[in-house]
Amino acid sequence: MRPLTDEETKTMFEKLSKYIGENIKLLIDRPDGTYCFRLHNDRVYYMSDKILKLATNISRDKLVSVGTCFGKFTKTQKFRLHTTALDFLAPYAKFKVWVKPGSEQSFLYGNHIMKSGLGRITENTAQYQGVVVFSMADVPLGFGVAAKTTQECRKVDPMSIVVFHQADIGEYIRSEDTLT
Amino acid sequence: MGRKLDPTIKVKRGPGRKARKQKGAETELSKFLVDDDGPKKLSSRSRKRAVKRAQVTKEPKQEEKPKKGFTDENSKWLKPAPRKRKIEQSEEDEDSDSQWEEDDDEEGFDKKEMEEEEEEDDDDMVDDYGADEGDEQDSDGEELLPIERAARKQKKQTSKKPESDDDDDDDDDDDEEKDDLKEDGEEEEDTVQANIDETEQFKLPAAAERAKEGLLAMDLQTIHQRIRDNVDVLSHFSEKREEGKERSEYLSLLRSDLCTYYSYNEFLISKLMDLFPVSELIDFLEANEIQRPVTIRTNTLKTRRRDLAQALINRGVNLDPLGKWSKVGLVIYDSSVPIGATPEYLSGQYMLQGASSFLPVMALSPQEGESVLDMSAAPGGKTTYMAQLMRNTGMIVANDANADRLKSVVGNIHRLGVTNAVICNYDGRQFPKVMGGFDRVLLDAPCSGTGVISKDPGVKTGKDEADILRSAHLQKELILSAIDSVNADSPTGGYLVYCTCSIMVEENEWVVDYALKKRNVKLVPTGLDFGKEGFIRFKERRFHPSLKLSRRFYPHSQNMDGFFVAKLKKLSNAIPSAPRERDEEESSKTETAASSEQIQNPESKQQKPNSTPEKSNMGQKQKLKPKKSETPIITKKTGVKAENKKPDGAKKAKIAKLDGETSKKNEKPDKMQKVKELNGDSTKEVVMEKKEGSQFEKKNEMKRKNLLKNNTNRMGKNKFRKLKSMVGQ
Repeated sequence: MRPLTDEETKTMFEKLSKYIGENIKLLIDRPDGTYCFRLHNDRVYYMSDKILKLATNISRDKLVSVGTCFGKFTKTQKFRLHTTALDFLAPYAKFKVWVKPGSEQSFLYGNHIMKSGLGRITENTAQYQGVVVFSMADVPLGFGVAAKTTQECRKVDPMSIVVFHQADIGEYIRSEDTLT
Repeated sequence: MGRKLDPTIKVKRGPGRKARKQKGAETELSKFLVDDDGPKKLSSRSRKRAVKRAQVTKEPKQEEKPKKGFTDENSKWLKPAPRKRKIEQSEEDEDSDSQWEEDDDEEGFDKKEMEEEEEEDDDDMVDDYGADEGDEQDSDGEELLPIERAARKQKKQTSKKPESDDDDDDDDDDDEEKDDLKEDGEEEEDTVQANIDETEQFKLPAAAERAKEGLLAMDLQTIHQRIRDNVDVLSHFSEKREEGKERSEYLSLLRSDLCTYYSYNEFLISKLMDLFPVSELIDFLEANEIQRPVTIRTNTLKTRRRDLAQALINRGVNLDPLGKWSKVGLVIYDSSVPIGATPEYLSGQYMLQGASSFLPVMALSPQEGESVLDMSAAPGGKTTYMAQLMRNTGMIVANDANADRLKSVVGNIHRLGVTNAVICNYDGRQFPKVMGGFDRVLLDAPCSGTGVISKDPGVKTGKDEADILRSAHLQKELILSAIDSVNADSPTGGYLVYCTCSIMVEENEWVVDYALKKRNVKLVPTGLDFGKEGFIRFKERRFHPSLKLSRRFYPHSQNMDGFFVAKLKKLSNAIPSAPRERDEEESSKTETAASSEQIQNPESKQQKPNSTPEKSNMGQKQKLKPKKSETPIITKKTGVKAENKKPDGAKKAKIAKLDGETSKKNEKPDKMQKVKELNGDSTKEVVMEKKEGSQFEKKNEMKRKNLLKNNTNRMGKNKFRKLKSMVGQ
């Protein structure tokens, strides 16, 4: 386990800020202690400093996971955000999309969201803006990228895609193995 | 209006008042239509008749059986005695007129009891016939033609036949069985006329019969019947036993029947027969055939049980709270959606978990801010429950030896939003070395799985003696590591919960008892107020009386998977290096405290050097339980040991005490030096010993046994003979 290098930190924060904007500092300076990011086996883990101390006792090959995994760095040093980060993105999300109950299941299977399934969307969403997807009961379902701006969403026909799927909670069942 | 039906009736005509009343056809008709005899007034005889008719339909079987005669197929297992009583009861209602008939019947029945059936049959039949007829004739007041009587009798016969089968079960099954056994699984209605004694007997088949049965396929129904009767006999053994047959014969027949019927192997059935009384055993085996209800645990980090229940009900799930003892459990009766794939599940609002898995975490009750170790965490249900009880504060280390199963732990931890967990992949036995000083430890030890047979029927045939002992051995090692990982001086904790999903005593009470002997721990109440108490003694073993505080759960009594939970409190961080009796806590504790604190950190290393000086000085013998680390060095010092010939067994403790008190204090400073000296020497052995683990232990067990032998003041057989021959000649 090692701290992130500068480039890695930059890449990761860029990715995060697409979804939560400047609220990243809220992730680091929390009232209940300082939290930090660490890299282990190409994956980024988010943990408090107390857990960090404990985890240093464990040898590298035996350590499987610490705290919460946010995502991983690919071989070409791009950062990919995982569903497991959803709990931390959702409260700080800048742009949100609500899905109708009928299309919930479709999104959870990994499909994109169509206009017909769109319930609500925050104002002034830019195109290709990172969004967090919620159900109508305000349960976070995943995140994605807006395919259209809010204005366009109003005009466009019901069968066109409005949100590209990137990650959803259905992955806990579909791809349990790839979480680690 | 219309034509008059009966012209002879004259209706009044004329202008008078009465003429104007028109009655119409209804009045005419009423004279023709005659009412049924329902409301007719009955004479006394006819009243009696009616009563008798009513009774006959209610209890036809009882009356008819003896009367019917014994040449039909029911003859073998008709029991006059009980029926006599019933008939007497039924006939009580009748008038005294029929008293003489009753007497007749009784006499007839007595006769039947004593003599052979067949001879009696005709006589009785004749008698009954007469009695029957007499009854009917007197009560009816009619004269029935013989043909009518016969017809009525036959009608009653046919109506009673099917009923008789059911009612005779309890009494007559024994005789049925008898016949079955003798005829090797042929149909019940066979030609063998059983000797009906006063007592209905379940006869054991002879050995030859049983061998024959092995070849022929007995159908399950008959086996099941036989099992039931066998259990019945065993429960009331003195009354129902057959003369000359021992209880063990009944038991062996029961054992083989149970193996066949429920598809278990002999070993497991014998173990279960030791654990449960026979009637409870049947309940247990039946309970293992069906699944336990599906239960879920609300994740209080994300939702409340009320809200979750509401959301699930809206999806079409039929559920209920689990019970008074749990505030987060819900039991699912049925569901129109897959319960493991709802959006609520995916967002981590609940977890599918067996009810028995709630218990160890409830017993452990980790507090906020504590550091907790879960030694055998997969698939993560208990770990996440602990995290929710701790409200994501403190730290949890979730460990499992199986890397594949760890993936599910990772998944569950992330899904349920647990942030204070570290997941690692060690063998549990390495634990105090990797990390120690936890406030609480949970050990859900890998076991034989005899409590979850309903989930995995392969256990029925797959387990045998070696498996159980292997599991027990591993569990003993794990529990010692777990105890060593607890920090006894923790301000809020110092607890260990040991649990298994097994019901075997070797894996449960024996392991806890072993821990009590080897470490400074004691049992404390689990906080679970239901469930059966753990065993204090079992067959030839005796456990510490505090084992009563542990709890056992069974599928047939608590409707959850078989489970065992024990909560231990660590009293001191010192490891007693010598095997000590449970009594002498104080002396060993104080004396080892000083020395062991220094060398606490690389603990297992120190155990050996600690033990050797003590052993050689105190000359204590080891107990008959395998030891991890002390034995290798002891083997080096066999010479020293052999000199100290002390008696085994009970005297050991007393002598040890005496020795201990005098010599221990002297040895303290010496020990420290020796420790430092031996440290250098023993490193190699330490490494070796660790690697070889259990193999070493086996070897050392043999050596230990030899040591014990050497320590007695006897000489060997051959030596004795030699001496004798020398002296004799």
